Amino acid sequence: MASSRRRVAPPCAGNDFRNAERAVKLNAIILVLARTCAKVRRASVRVPLRRTQIVMLPAILGTKIGMTHLYTEEGKMVPVTVIQAGPVYVTQIKTPETDGYSAVQVGFGEAKESKLTFPKFGHLKKAGLTKNVKTLREFRVENPGAFELGQEIKADVFAEGEDVSVQSTSIGRGFQGGVKRHHFKGQHMTHGYMTHRRPLSSGATGPQHVFKGTKKPGHMGHETVTQKGLRVVRVDSERNLLLVSGSIAGPVGAVVIVKKAGK
Amino acid sequence: MSKAAILESVVKDQIKTDLPAFRPGDTVRVSVKVREGGKERIQVFEGTIIAIRNGGISESIMVRKISSGVGVERTFPIHSPNVAKFEVIRHAKVRRAKLYYLRDKIGKKARLKELRG
Repeated sequence: MASSRRRVAPPCAGNDFRNAERAVKLNAIILVLARTCAKVRRASVRVPLRRTQIVMLPAILGTKIGMTHLYTEEGKMVPVTVIQAGPVYVTQIKTPETDGYSAVQVGFGEAKESKLTFPKFGHLKKAGLTKNVKTLREFRVENPGAFELGQEIKADVFAEGEDVSVQSTSIGRGFQGGVKRHHFKGQHMTHGYMTHRRPLSSGATGPQHVFKGTKKPGHMGHETVTQKGLRVVRVDSERNLLLVSGSIAGPVGAVVIVKKAGK
Repeated sequence: MSKAAILESVVKDQIKTDLPAFRPGDTVRVSVKVREGGKERIQVFEGTIIAIRNGGISESIMVRKISSGVGVERTFPIHSPNVAKFEVIRHAKVRRAKLYYLRDKIGKKARLKELRG
């Protein structure tokens, strides 16, 4: 152990032999590294990109079902979030002529007819929808002409291996103190301390005011969070399920927007 | 379909159904795939189950053995493809679910009474 740690080996036959052995080992390691690199490169090429398809929505609406995990063929555990993505229905098509920009509005979920407001009812009727959708969202597209009103769009707009980001509303936590909200350290619980979880100083006396944006107790959670860098692990186009790697914000049952990376 | 049923159905094809019944205290032989330098081989770990953690696909067992005088514990996610083979060699009579007390016992005191039949 000691000799292998020595940086400069004295020139003698024994050490030369050891150096040779080390060189062989090093070569083996380099070979393995090169192979893994090649594998990774091949894997990234293998990702089926469906850019050629004309009708492509850059995002889809869904419901968070929950988390579980899967094993890869190599035995690696991948945590996944299951999202019931779609089907969504096109409710309005916006073009530069009519609205000044191009976008597609889609509806997702089911609503009782009695729960729809009259304007929304009329809006859906105009689109010729047979279903009463609950949530309406619009997404910017380049070719609004490729869509038609009432068109059904399913989870298979995404392909396995694709990078996505998921936007959702995080779990609301109400009015929270600084310790929970901003990870303040707090004070000691014992040894005579009479304050325990207070925010204490809000700044120096010099500026004579508290700077805007100073971390304080306040409302926490229930804000829009976009989780980037997720990957589609599996697409179940029959049941409209998307399995994305990693976690997303919000409670189970929350409406989420799955977007293609960078859109 | 409820949300829990959907989660279950997603992992259904990865859950092993051919595993033998096992309980805490069982002596088991776990064959694990080990990858070293691009090569793959099977390594066998034999010991006593001292804890079982349930949870569908994340079900795992903690196996303890004494290897050259040193206690060794390994946790295996038993539904992992890396667990190539799983055999139960012997059942033992135990009265609790977690056998952590075995860690404090050495030699003859660390034995468990065999359960036959």
